[in-house]
Amino acid sequence: MKRALLALLLVSAAPAAAETIVISGGTVALGDGSEPMPGGTVVITNGRIVAAGNRAIRIPTDATMVDASGKWVTPGIVAGFSRLGLSEVDLGADGTTDDSASGPFSAAIDVAPAINPLSSTIAVNRADGVTRAIVAPNAARNIFAGQGAVIDTGADMDPITRARRFQFVELGETGADKAGGSRASAHVLFRNALREAAELRRFAAPVSSSRGREADPGEPIVRDPNESRLTGPDARRSDDVLLTRFDAAALVPVLQGRQYLLVHVERASDILQMIALKREFPALKLVLVGATEGWTVADRIAASGIPVIASAVNDLPASFEMIAATQSNVGRMLAAGVKVSIGMIDDNDTRYLFNERQYAGNLVALGKVPGSTGVSWGEALAMITSRSAEAIGMGGEIGSLAAGRRGDVVIWSGDPLEGSSAAEMVWIDGVRQPLETRQTKLRDRYRDLQRRDLPEAYRR
Amino acid sequence: MIKGGALIAAGLLAAAVAGCATAPAKKPAIRIDEDPYRSTYVRYPGAATLIRGATVYDGEGGRLDRGDVLIADGVVKAVEANLMVPDGATVIDGAGKFVTPGIIDVHSHLGDYPSPGVASLSDGNEATAPARPDVWAEHSVWPQDPGFSRALANGGITVLQILPGSANLFGGRSVTLKNVPARTVQGMKFPGAPYGLKMACGENPKRVYGNKGGPSTRMGNIATTRAVWIKAQAYKRKWDAYQKNGGEMPERDLGMDTLRGVLAGKILVHNHCYRADEMAIMIDLAHEFGYKITAFHHAVESYKIADLLAKEGICSAMWSDWWGFKMESFDGIKENISFVHNAGACAIVHSDDANGIQRLNQEAAKALADGRRAGIAISDEVAWTWLSYNPPKALGIADRTGSLKPGKMADVVLWNGNPFSNYTRPDKVWIDGALLYDSANPRLRPVSDFELGQPGEGDTK
Repeated sequence: MKRALLALLLVSAAPAAAETIVISGGTVALGDGSEPMPGGTVVITNGRIVAAGNRAIRIPTDATMVDASGKWVTPGIVAGFSRLGLSEVDLGADGTTDDSASGPFSAAIDVAPAINPLSSTIAVNRADGVTRAIVAPNAARNIFAGQGAVIDTGADMDPITRARRFQFVELGETGADKAGGSRASAHVLFRNALREAAELRRFAAPVSSSRGREADPGEPIVRDPNESRLTGPDARRSDDVLLTRFDAAALVPVLQGRQYLLVHVERASDILQMIALKREFPALKLVLVGATEGWTVADRIAASGIPVIASAVNDLPASFEMIAATQSNVGRMLAAGVKVSIGMIDDNDTRYLFNERQYAGNLVALGKVPGSTGVSWGEALAMITSRSAEAIGMGGEIGSLAAGRRGDVVIWSGDPLEGSSAAEMVWIDGVRQPLETRQTKLRDRYRDLQRRDLPEAYRR
Repeated sequence: MIKGGALIAAGLLAAAVAGCATAPAKKPAIRIDEDPYRSTYVRYPGAATLIRGATVYDGEGGRLDRGDVLIADGVVKAVEANLMVPDGATVIDGAGKFVTPGIIDVHSHLGDYPSPGVASLSDGNEATAPARPDVWAEHSVWPQDPGFSRALANGGITVLQILPGSANLFGGRSVTLKNVPARTVQGMKFPGAPYGLKMACGENPKRVYGNKGGPSTRMGNIATTRAVWIKAQAYKRKWDAYQKNGGEMPERDLGMDTLRGVLAGKILVHNHCYRADEMAIMIDLAHEFGYKITAFHHAVESYKIADLLAKEGICSAMWSDWWGFKMESFDGIKENISFVHNAGACAIVHSDDANGIQRLNQEAAKALADGRRAGIAISDEVAWTWLSYNPPKALGIADRTGSLKPGKMADVVLWNGNPFSNYTRPDKVWIDGALLYDSANPRLRPVSDFELGQPGEGDTK
């Protein structure tokens, strides 16, 4: 009986068999960098995109038809770097934040169990068209923050798209601070960690021949290393170790190139150190996070092939590692051939992911400012959709309306890069999502302040 | 006049002292200089300029399509259709562009919490005691904060109020600045603008002082606040009597001077307060002690008591969509600004942020759109009052700036498109008729001393 009930729940949570949704008549933007096309159609079947564009598309007779005339249709926003789902209230609300840990572990930390899919932050961002997010832990006691996940914002209890997709490490100003006060110290700590991981690598399972290709989408790239043989009694280590065994074991997949390594650096010289590191350890799947001064060394980043998850509109010398900050950073890096997406780095990363589309719009605006370097509309949208996914090798799964991608689709009231536009319908994995939030309910409760027969607490 | 007053007062004192031995008459009161750090701002020269054929929001809710705006001698001369070009005037084609009054931010910490955000420059909160009405924000302002130039060039900010932080129940005096680069803060001060007093309720003071001798609760916050006002009333009585009757000068107290100024209606109260229930308590508290709250800042729950705020004539300075970063902001909604406006209360879009101040027009656009979706009809030109006319009302300078009425300061922005679009930037910004930013002219990009000789000097930001 119990088993039958469980099965039923699973079925109801998944998209109905062979369900097809056809969204037609709207201005469709694929999210791949191309410009929007009027009169486009998007077809979702069984939770996946099967077709999108403005060419003739064959439509099954039993499809659910959605008229998007006068609207815009895009893939859901993929928040390029965030702490979504880790914090309900950021300050002074005991027990509501899970974004950093000052316990004994660092690299071994895995954010996945901390994600609360019922957090109001997830609902509010879902209601604004954010359908996926790259979620990183905060560094606490060590330069290694731990392993981040890719999540969806669906109104269900299964938020994890990929657990342990990447390791996050601080190697700029914050890294220096965590390492005891200098970048030099942070670099030694980092190299020592790789050494400790290399020692354990001998005991790891061989890397499969499919390296570089997309793994089975249902399968996490990295199994929980805490359960692997790396932590077993046979995996011997030297005596002079700094990391706990769990932390060292967690870095083995990084060393093997089975797990992305997101490195937060802002200063030009720190960026160049990372490029040198990539030459030294070619297997590392490096991604730069931040890179506020990236434009000053853009050609070298481009030549390295390392993708960048950048802050879109940083233009203040907010710290000494951001002296050359300009909103043209993203446009100039793109023009030099760098693969750029947009994240919320040290910028309201727990709850304002919906601002990414405003930031993207601002990058378009720069195109009209003499001396500035902007990006095209299509590229700006891509930077908050497909480019975010591609930075961590998930472009084949999410972030665009190309056939085969997950059915994450948003219908907007207008141009999504305008603040005046709102998400009107949202699908995640082909499942239509509720857009009601605490905020919309508060709005409705207090829309009219006239005294009634019962207090406001009775209105809902 | 005040300057002379100080000298005269000193002379009177000398006369009174000299006459003391022969006559027992009461000594006349010494006049205290109420403006010892007075503004030295002088407007920069500007050519007579006619902007032709732009969409004009006059700032007070009016709109003129294909309008002409003439500025000269530092002031707005005319806003009409088809103005004649005065002799020698610079003519700017405004076709496809928009002209508005400059945006005025009532809540900024530029200069007090400048970039770079290092400990040496962190001067926004005198968090050493919960009541520090004696401190003045202007004494912390670093004029070389690069943030001022970003606010000008990207945000179209022409005037801004710098406030002390909210760690304290009484945070100190604010200062209103013209967003014009200067060597000294006095060189930025808006001439004749009244002072403000920053007050705070709620989480911040109790968090900061919970382990430093209190207050540690909201009731403690209110008790401490009331106790300070009781002292201020006594101080005011003593000084009022002294200034009327003369005699022995009572001991001067800098903090009490400020609070006396509030009770006399000369200094405007800017009250950091998020929650509706706490705002209602602060309103009663203000009535209890006989002062007026000019504006609640960060008022994320104003929508719950918009009727009360309208009745009391209190402005709300708000964000478009900030919420949840602490408990007292948990109930923030995106329709807050529109709901407050719709209730007939004074709505202001503020930043409290060196980045947000560069996009207040976009923040207003979001709030406006959310309001419309909730069924509230507000035109773009009326929504602009949230950015440039209601803010100077809360600063006591609306008679001088904040709208494009003839005779008012020519604090003007020409936008390169619809300013409620994310795709739009300031094209040119004038302050008191001086062209201080021109997107087409790299020589008209201010570069602070801090950025001089550093990577990115003079770049577009």
